[in-house]
Amino acid sequence: MTENMSTDALSRRRFLRAAGLAGAGAALVARPGIAGEAPKPDPLITEVQDWQRYLGDGVDKHPYGSPSKFEKHVVRRDVPWLTADAQSSVNFTPLHDLDGIITPSGVCFERHHGGIAEINPADHRLMINGLVEKPLVFTMEDIKRMPRVNKIYFLECAANSGMEWRGAQLNGCQFTHGMIHNVMYTGVPLKLLLEEAGVKPNAKWLMMEGGDASGMNRSLPLSKGLDDVLIAFAMNGEALRPEQGYPLRAVIPGWEGNLWVKWLRRIEVGDEPWQAREETSKYTDLLADGRARRFTFIMDAKSVVTNPSPQAPLKHKGRNVLTGVAWSGRGTVKRVDVSMDGGRNWQTARIDGPVLDKSMVRFYVDFDWNGQELMIQSRAMDSTGYVQPTKAELRKVRGVNSIYHNNGIQTWLVHSNGEAENVEIS
Amino acid sequence: MSKSAKFAGLSLVAAAALFAATAAPSVAQHKVAAHDAGKSAGKSAGKLGVGRVALPEEVAAWDTDVRPDGKGLPPGKGTAKQGDEIFQAQCASCHGEFGQGVGRWPVLAGGLGTLKAERPDKTVGSYWPDVSTVYDYIQRAMPFGNARSLSHDELYAVVAYILMMNDVIKDENFELNAKNLATIKLPNADNFFDDDREVSEKAFWKKEPCMKNCKAEAPKVLGRAANVDVTPDEKSGPKVD
Repeated sequence: MTENMSTDALSRRRFLRAAGLAGAGAALVARPGIAGEAPKPDPLITEVQDWQRYLGDGVDKHPYGSPSKFEKHVVRRDVPWLTADAQSSVNFTPLHDLDGIITPSGVCFERHHGGIAEINPADHRLMINGLVEKPLVFTMEDIKRMPRVNKIYFLECAANSGMEWRGAQLNGCQFTHGMIHNVMYTGVPLKLLLEEAGVKPNAKWLMMEGGDASGMNRSLPLSKGLDDVLIAFAMNGEALRPEQGYPLRAVIPGWEGNLWVKWLRRIEVGDEPWQAREETSKYTDLLADGRARRFTFIMDAKSVVTNPSPQAPLKHKGRNVLTGVAWSGRGTVKRVDVSMDGGRNWQTARIDGPVLDKSMVRFYVDFDWNGQELMIQSRAMDSTGYVQPTKAELRKVRGVNSIYHNNGIQTWLVHSNGEAENVEIS
Repeated sequence: MSKSAKFAGLSLVAAAALFAATAAPSVAQHKVAAHDAGKSAGKSAGKLGVGRVALPEEVAAWDTDVRPDGKGLPPGKGTAKQGDEIFQAQCASCHGEFGQGVGRWPVLAGGLGTLKAERPDKTVGSYWPDVSTVYDYIQRAMPFGNARSLSHDELYAVVAYILMMNDVIKDENFELNAKNLATIKLPNADNFFDDDREVSEKAFWKKEPCMKNCKAEAPKVLGRAANVDVTPDEKSGPKVD
């Protein structure tokens, strides 16, 4: 990143030199039009720039394009101390650098339990067995001959915000809320695959199993499988990325990410759950009384302000755009309220863009800021009437050791210099 | 791509289109299925006629999961004493000689009675509900980096050793097998219950939350992530070229 830093520093110096003391974006305290000084013309306008004179790359240079070199900071990041190794670990989507509702495939967070399996689609098989009339094997070519659908859904790790149960720990919405992505999937409804095999009348549960070295397996009710589960081979218009389960993954709308088994190789139909490791030791939610909830599938309504946030400070006084994302595993987001004073008073934010079932929505508050301290919060409401709770309300019911399903309201304290930090407030 | 490769690709597509147009669907289905399996296999039962019947050997190779009632347990047996030896060779470098965990690798034993504590210690003995899960998980995912390498007998033996480290079984010569594994109860088996949020958290379905003057006093800062100071440095992010 040294190259980045020097580039940034260089462009900043150049910008400052170019803009003189009148730089609008130079610093919070610098105001244009200092008394007695005549405005100087901007050389970025008055001088011919390199990119105006010399030819750029031709169309044969980038058969598969990448983001601009000036966007190198928009990357997944990990927190090394969270896990013992990098193969059974997680990284985080840079939410503060994104807009709209579609997460670019290359920065969609990753969660693996045995690293990224590299599978040639020609070698991939999907088996359906158990309580079915006929156990079946599908090739990728078979699956692509079946009727398919396109759906936009969020995928949130059950542990998203899990480090924050005991208090504010990580500075940045990428780290506190970045175990999520929202993409368009193309795939086949699981219902069609199950119909091919013929589900027996006593079937009640399904088990998804991955083909990677962790052999990820999870149980889910058959009713969900017959409702909206997809077996997806594409995201955002192209094949799944390897880290997202190429060539085939489960899409379990609204439910915790762990169930979305990647490198999906087998679906078993049964009459009771399997009590696999990932639904007993993990993904069960320990309460203060020592008992634990299991099969907490649904991700409740949640939201976060992505800008301003610790990684995205306010840089200008006057007009600003506050923005963030909200989602609910129970349906659509109906409303997002934003508070600037730590929850004392709220205003309803403007949702812009598609509002879809079990998908992220994008919200905005256009506001004027004069350098006063802010305590920014957002509060999502969904189509079932559920209102995103405060962290205190959650802790009152659950204690602080449930690890998963922390959908409590986030607070960013914005200082008078525009910097923001992750805080807990009364 | 060379011209000949391009041509081959085009002719394949053309052939496939021709085949689809002229051949009866059932014939096409059969040919594709036979090709995929590398041997003859039955047709799909479904209305789309896609996929083929899985052969018993194929189901047996992949369907290795084990349920709490013992369904799925393969024939085999092993004692904790045998398991100790295997564990020391295959598992102890990460999980410790006695399952206490090395560094940040998972602790497998101990922690009994800590689930209400400030810092619970969730292990097989203190937290896991079912012995079947121990067998199933080790069989599918362990040793980390060399999964699916232990024999059935080795798996029974290692599970027995883990149960002994957790004082669930006391006799190192007790033989764990397909018949008795599911009869052994773990201490925390009864402390799990199905998701009850819609009842226990009913208060969150407020419908009309407070909008104005919702707190009597101005909020105070109770905790700051900056004080904990464990956030990775922005400048230490991954190098991207």
